[in-house]
Amino acid sequence: MDISFFEFINYSFVQRAFISGIFVGILCSILGLFLVLRKLSLIGDGLAHVSFGAIALGVFCGFYPIYFAIPIVIISSIFIVKLTQKAKIYGDTAIGIVSSVGLAGGVLLASASNGFNVSLLSYLFGNILAISTSETYLSIALSLVVLAIVYLLYYELFAVTFNEEQANVTGIKSDRINLLLVILTAITVVLAIRVVGIMLVSSFFILPAVTALQISKGFKSAIFVSAFTAILSVIIGIFASFYLNLPAGASIVIVNFILFLLSFLWRKSM
Amino acid sequence: MEKIVEVKNLSFKYGVAEVLKDVTFSIDRGDYVGLGGHNGSGKTTLVKIILGLITPDVGDISVLGKNLKKFKQWSKIGYLPQSLSLFNPIFPATVYEVVSLGLISKKKFPRRITKSDEKIVDNALQELEIIDLKNKLISELSGGQQQRVFLAKALVNEPELLILDEPSNALDSKSRNHFFDLLHDLNKKKGTTIILITHDIGHIGEHANKLLYLDKNIVFYGKLSEFCDSESMEDVFGRESQHLICHQH
Repeated sequence: MDISFFEFINYSFVQRAFISGIFVGILCSILGLFLVLRKLSLIGDGLAHVSFGAIALGVFCGFYPIYFAIPIVIISSIFIVKLTQKAKIYGDTAIGIVSSVGLAGGVLLASASNGFNVSLLSYLFGNILAISTSETYLSIALSLVVLAIVYLLYYELFAVTFNEEQANVTGIKSDRINLLLVILTAITVVLAIRVVGIMLVSSFFILPAVTALQISKGFKSAIFVSAFTAILSVIIGIFASFYLNLPAGASIVIVNFILFLLSFLWRKSM
Repeated sequence: MEKIVEVKNLSFKYGVAEVLKDVTFSIDRGDYVGLGGHNGSGKTTLVKIILGLITPDVGDISVLGKNLKKFKQWSKIGYLPQSLSLFNPIFPATVYEVVSLGLISKKKFPRRITKSDEKIVDNALQELEIIDLKNKLISELSGGQQQRVFLAKALVNEPELLILDEPSNALDSKSRNHFFDLLHDLNKKKGTTIILITHDIGHIGEHANKLLYLDKNIVFYGKLSEFCDSESMEDVFGRESQHLICHQH
């Protein structure tokens, strides 16, 4: 690539990619820490599959897919929680049911509209460099809302993640906090789809969190390390994708994985 | 005498298995109750019902004078669950962070830990002689040290009612003695009401002033002196076991 660093970062599409990627990355990494510690890592994957169905429905009906997907994925996340509570089945099983139904719905709709078109494929693999201005504003606004909720309910989320039973004995309604966590995750999954795509979205939740768990010396520090890892991955991943002509979403995920390996090796050497 | 816990006609089933049947008793302020019974006798279930963690099929429960359904003064209750169920072993929390979680029951939205709270946490850590572990990760500690951290968490609010479920399992004999001395001081000097679950009924007499023995319903509830004088309890436990409990008392 024969353009300079400053030329590169002056492109408005690159600036949008950095801003959206960093906001969504911070969000995924913080929520991911709560999910990984609660052994709910794969809820991101499950809800991404539901998003595929919702986006296919949006494309099929002629609506803007991301806006259309947010309420559907939120409803699905609530369904996962209720299914776990009412049907006496484990969380991973409920995620499996909802995810496969969402994916099957997406495939049926894609088939009904004469196969996978370019629009649907772009959501499967994401394209952070093609994020529009309105999507950037949406990412910023929803990220700020979710981060504010996490900040205000930090101790409730911490207590329920640490031990649900003990949290209940301190007067926290853990059922409500669990529901809130999956709703926030649902919103974040839809935002992250534009960055890394449906296929890779769960890595955005899991990898920064497990990196933080290797090296953190406390819960607050784990949150900061997780968020820092996500920011670093987005920045290095976008540069790598541009200069090496690689897909951006996949590059970010590989950088995330390299950071995890480095943190793992560092911990082993201690 | 003020009643701290009142349980009336409590029954509970897990599916078709009867766990508690028509249990009625009350605990007075300042009591130190040893809750005994064999495995599956309903001890932990009873405590979880008192803590609102399980909803009973039938029965009324009052804690600190309030019906449990309307109870909100959770900061007045300290709870130390069985060690194995305490936390996820990869959780990256420090001892300070874990003990400070005990304070959030006092806080209103948005809950925050302040500088003055830090002093309260430090005091609890000092009382349990674990202040030097303050910044260590909970997962790096031995079972006995973890047990003391969770006791500090249960005590950080200076609760009026302290409920402990098999607390001495993870402790060596020296730590166990220190642990029970601490409970004795809390009960005698601060008037803390204690419910201590144990399957080791032989040692209840060392610590408690009352014994509640469960086997789905109440087999015995009363002062240890009454237990020791009871011929019917001799029939239930055998002379040797009864003597062991009473001798240590």
